[in-house]
Order: sequence, then structure tokens, then C-alpha cells
Amino acid sequence: MAAVDVPRPKPPLIYNPRVRGIAYQVVLCALVLFLAWSAIHNAVENLARAKIASGFGFWSNTAGFDISQSLINYSNISTYGRAFWVGLLNTLLVAALGIVFATILGFIIGISRLSTNWLVARMAGFYVETIRNIPLLLQLLFWYNAVLKALPAVRDSLAIPGGGFLNNRGLFLPQPIAQPGAQWPLIALAFGIVAAVAFRVWAKRRHESTGEWAPVFWTTLGLVVLVPFAVLALSGFPIAFSYPQSGRFNIQGGIEVLPEFMALLFGLVIYTAAFIAEVVRAGILSVSKGQTEAAYSLGLRPSATLRLVVVPQAMRVIIPPLTSQYLNLTKNSSLAVAIGYPDLVQIFAGTVLNQTGQAVEVIAITMAVYLTISLVTSALMNLYNLRIALVER
Amino acid sequence: MSDIATQTDAKLMEGPAFVRAGTVAALPPPVRYAGALGWLRANLLSSPLNIALTVICVLLVLWLLPPLVKFLIVDAVWDGAGRADCLARPDHPEMGACWAFVFERINFFIYGFYPIDERWRVNVFFALLAVAVVWMAWLEAPRRDIGVIYFFIVMPIASIVLLLGFPSMGLSRVPTSSWGGVLVTVVVAAVGIVASLPIGIVLALGRRSRMPAVRLLSVLFIEFVRGVPLITVLFMASVMLPLFVPETWSPDKLLRALVGVALFSAAYMAEVVRAGLQAIPKGQFEGAMAVGLSYWQSMRLVILPQALTITIPNIVNTTIGLFKDTTLVFVVGIFDFLMTIESARVDPNWATPVTSTTGYVFAAMFYLVFCYGMSRYARTIERRLAVGERR
Repeated sequence: MAAVDVPRPKPPLIYNPRVRGIAYQVVLCALVLFLAWSAIHNAVENLARAKIASGFGFWSNTAGFDISQSLINYSNISTYGRAFWVGLLNTLLVAALGIVFATILGFIIGISRLSTNWLVARMAGFYVETIRNIPLLLQLLFWYNAVLKALPAVRDSLAIPGGGFLNNRGLFLPQPIAQPGAQWPLIALAFGIVAAVAFRVWAKRRHESTGEWAPVFWTTLGLVVLVPFAVLALSGFPIAFSYPQSGRFNIQGGIEVLPEFMALLFGLVIYTAAFIAEVVRAGILSVSKGQTEAAYSLGLRPSATLRLVVVPQAMRVIIPPLTSQYLNLTKNSSLAVAIGYPDLVQIFAGTVLNQTGQAVEVIAITMAVYLTISLVTSALMNLYNLRIALVER
Repeated sequence: MSDIATQTDAKLMEGPAFVRAGTVAALPPPVRYAGALGWLRANLLSSPLNIALTVICVLLVLWLLPPLVKFLIVDAVWDGAGRADCLARPDHPEMGACWAFVFERINFFIYGFYPIDERWRVNVFFALLAVAVVWMAWLEAPRRDIGVIYFFIVMPIASIVLLLGFPSMGLSRVPTSSWGGVLVTVVVAAVGIVASLPIGIVLALGRRSRMPAVRLLSVLFIEFVRGVPLITVLFMASVMLPLFVPETWSPDKLLRALVGVALFSAAYMAEVVRAGLQAIPKGQFEGAMAVGLSYWQSMRLVILPQALTITIPNIVNTTIGLFKDTTLVFVVGIFDFLMTIESARVDPNWATPVTSTTGYVFAAMFYLVFCYGMSRYARTIERRLAVGERR
């Protein structure tokens, strides 16, 4: 039977998946563009009707309001741009301190939850289950309104050993003031850190080529702590302290830590630590028991097993979710607006927005800042993750 | 070789160094690790470090627990009419929690300013929602396909009619500005989950699509929303949304917040669903294609049922986060449960040194019960799903 070559009819173009795909995408893009265009069109019209200026001209106008905490010079005759930087620095300050303390507390609780001690494990579990299931905002309000605002008034301040005071206006600590000659201990500290890093690199290289261990920990301690302290003693302690003086209505001098700041820091640390504890627990549990057993059978001591076998493998599992917890903490610091800590959202998306009325620009800048922080943190952590990730084939 | 042999022989010739004459005393029995005492020894007192930790923990519990019980129960005021009952008096010098305040204000905490005569509508709404939640959460429930339609279509429409009012059906209009309390918290959470799941599924599919424009738009949306705090999204919804629509629309304040919450949780839901999709082996996609199913058919009949089932625990965890995040709607001036407590605690009729703490403890218990319940449910499902993997 001879094959008859019947020319098959070409299927209609509408059934071609490529053509369909392109058509769908064109429709989608057109829709998105139309939505964006109509949003912009409406916004321009609405803004014109409300007589609200647009553009970023307000950046260099005088702000005219005070801020209770600022790391850089700021007064009510400074510009909106300056207020933005004050808010951003305050956000970064609370986020950085929060990340440090939450990591420490989170690791302690996460490891406690795996303890063989029944009571310790149960208490850590109770902490995690309770704290995780209560909204952060409620915790912040509790710390601020029910704890810190309920402290005694200035007159009956609680004295803290070492010359500090605690009252419902905040925490007042002695402020170190540098005297002439104070630069030498700082130089010694910088030198110590550089030398310690160099020593570590050298010790690692030597260990890899000869197998000999060097006392890295003690050398680092000596270089970073002992040397600067010795220089400090030799230069005759060129540091004076300005002690807070308790008055009838207010406290003068010293470092003032706002109750808003303390409440925000407490809340963020306690809340995030519960999540970090779970991350740490999952990470440690992910290292199979065979790894520990193999390390023991090679004769490693428990501490060395933990340091050289378990932790490096657990870190691989811990780092990615830990990063997202750090980002969550940074984003959650925006809840400062509820208790009046002058962070970026409170100053910029709050006061500046209300005064200028330029919602689009202000919100766009605020969001851009958080996006940048998120992307930079993720990028840094990804870099670190790349270094410690398992290299397979 | 022979050297060593002769040396050993010589040693043996000297005779044995020591021969035991009597029987050895029996060793003491091994430490008991059974029974209550054994349990204590194994779990609390196994090493000096553990003993120290146990002592510290016991001290911590002793330091925290009695004042807590004293405050919450022993010294608490259970009934009263005003702040005078919750102030310390000579016969009641140490004041505990002022539960009378909570009891008196409970209706405000649940309904906000919803008109008293119309509150039955809110109760019916809670019942409708409870039916929907049980139908969805109970995996052996009958006709879950109808349940999905009920959850995503019937219940939302019925709730809108019921809560907002429909004058021609005899239900008077209740503006959203008088909603409040638990009602608003539940509405925000329910709208968040009902809206975010479908949008999240579409975004997740879009992120895995082979069409570059679809993928790019999905990724941009998801990463943008996940990179900013919810508060800024709510600010944006509240101040920018009215600018972006024609002036005549002027969306309702609650609606703006709902749009913000729905878009925000949709981005998180999309990532959860994407994780589920990634866990489905490629053979399932290929098998569906091989039997001639179209893209949407294969998604609806083969992929999504499997992907969503394994994601239930994560969906519930996202819901827990959403439920806690509903508290943030305060920034756009909406009275959710926490805000009703915030406003009631400074009410001069009840303002005492213990009122704030009482209010916060009550709120914490509310959120704790719901969130903990949800997380237990997620864990149960997780265990059930893991049955097949168990060895």
C-alpha cells in the first residue's frame, strides 16, 4: 500500500501555543498599563483639585517640629530632609540593637528547647508558644503603657547601681565623656582588632598546612580586650562620666534612653527571639544523629563535636530563615508609630505627610527605604550563605 | 621473635603475681531509671549543670507564678460597677486584675459601636463564618466541593448583605464606621484569607509561568509587597487609593484597609502556594499533559489539589500571621478589637492603675486562644500528611 501524502491542513493560528502566549501577555501588559495610566491620570486630577503640590521640593523646606530622639543634630528649624535622616537613623538603631539581642536570646531559647533537662525544655517551649501567638502590637502597648509608663515618677526614681535612674520618663545612665588623650585606647582597640583578624587568618593557614592548633580564642581576647585596657590604664583613664542629677521634675545630664525606645526594643527582641528560637531548633534537629555519633566515634569531645560538626551543618539550614526574621524585625520596627518612638514611619509617613499632604511622594520614599534595607540585607545574607552552603559536585 | 618468646616464658615461670582468694563483693545495683524518682534523676538531675539549671528554673517559676496567680485570681475584682471597685482600699490593699471592667465592656469589645438592636446580625455572621471554617477545616466533612463555593462566594455575599444592611430586605444600613471590636478583627482576617488565597494562587502560578511578562509582573508584585512593612501598605491604601480612583468613588475607610490587607497577605500566600507547587514531582505535570488535559484542567484536577493539601499547615500559619496583623489597621483609624481595649482602658469611668494591665491580659488571652488553636490544627494536619512518609 503506497502511502498517500495528504497535505495536512495547517491548524489555525489561534491554537498555536506560542501565538497564544504572546497574545495573553500583550493583553495583560495592556491591562496593567491602562490601570497605571488611569491611576496616574486620576491622581493628577485629584491632586490638582485639592491644590496639593507635587514633586520633591518639600525636601528642603523647614520642618518646624521637634523630635524627641536624634542621633544627628536636629532642631525645629531643620529641613524635612534632615527629619527623614533622623527617622531613618532611629529605625536603623533600634533594628540593629534588636537584631543583636534577639539573636542572642533566640539562640539561648532555641537550644534550651532541645535540652535534656525537662524543666528547661518545657519553659522554653512555653515561652515560644505564648510569645509567638500574641500580636506584637499588643506586646508593645503592654510594655509601654502597662510597664514603663507605670514606673515611679521622677521624684521617686529607682536608682540603678553605678549612678543611673529609672522612672516613667525613661532610663538615665552616666555618660562617658572623652578627656584629652582618649584617642590612644581607641587606636589600641582598632590595632587589636586588626591584629586579631590577622592572627586568625595566619592560624587557620598554619592549621591547614601543618595541622597544629593555635590558641585563637585567648589571643583574640588578649588583643581586643587586654591591650586597649592596658593602654587605657597607662594613659591614666582619660574618661570622665557625666552622672544624671535627679531633680524634682526632671533629670539633668547623662544619657537619656526614652521609654518609647525601651518598649520598642523589648517588644521586638522578645517577639523575634521566639521565632529565631524555632529557626535554631529546626536547624539543629536537621543535623542527623549519625553525624554526632560519627564525631564521637572519631574521638571528638562533645564541645568539639558541637563546634566542628553540628553547628556548621545546622547553620546552613538556619541562615536563610534567620535572614527573613531579621528583615521581619526591621519591618516590624515600623510599629513604633503606635507608641510614639520617632522612627522613619512615625516622623516621615506620619508628621511630614500630615504637614505637607504630599502622600504619594512621602509613601513612595518610605517604601523605597524599606525595600532597599530588605534587598541589601538579603544580598549580604545570600553572600554569606553562598560561602557556607554545601557544594555538591 | 624467639627473643620475645623466651622473655614471656621467663615471666610465666615466676608464677602469677596475684590470685584472689575470696569472692568479690557484689556491685551496688545500677541507678534506677524507672519510676518517679528515676524520671527525676534522668530528666532533671542528670549532671551538675542540669542540677544547677533545674534550681534556676524552679526559682524562676517560684518568682513569677505566685504574683501572677495573685494578680489574676486571688486579688482580682470579679464584679463591680465602676472604677471605685477596682481601686485599692484599706480592706483590699493590693489590687489585682479588674475583671469587672472586662465584663461590663464585653459588648463594646465584641461589637464596637454596632447598633444594639442590630447586633443579632453580627451573631448570625459569626455563625455563618463558623460553619464555613468548620466545613473547610474538617477534612472528612461531606461535600467539601460545595463548601468551597460556600466559603468563597455564598458566605462573603451573605455577610456583606447582613452586616452592611439591605434596606429593601428590611435590614437597615449600618455604616462601617460604627463597626468595631472582634467584629472588625474577624472581618479583616476573613476578608484577608478569602481574598488572598485565590489571588495568591494566581500569583504563584504566574511566578512559575513560562510567559516572561506574566512571570516578571508576579515577581515584581510579590517581592515589592514582601519587602515593605504592612503599616506602609495600609498607609498607601488609606491615603493613595483615594487619589488613584475617580473622585466620585471615594472608597470607604474600612474597604481601603481591606484592600491593603488582602494585597499584602496575597503576596505571602503566593509564596506559600509556590512552595507547595514546587513539591509536586514533575511527573504529575507531564502525566496530566499526556492524558490531554489543558493547562487549567491539569491545574484544577491534578496539581492544585495535591499542592494545596500539602500546603495546608503553611496556609494556616500564614492565617495566624494575618490574624495577628489585623491589629495594625489602627494606623488608618479603624476600631479593631485591640483598639476598643485601648480606648476603653483610658475611659475615666474605669481608669485605675490595674485597668490597662487587665485589658491587655484579656486581649492577650483572646489572641492566644485563637492563634494557639490554629497552630495546633496546623500541627495535626502536618502529622496526618506525614503518615505516608513515616517509616
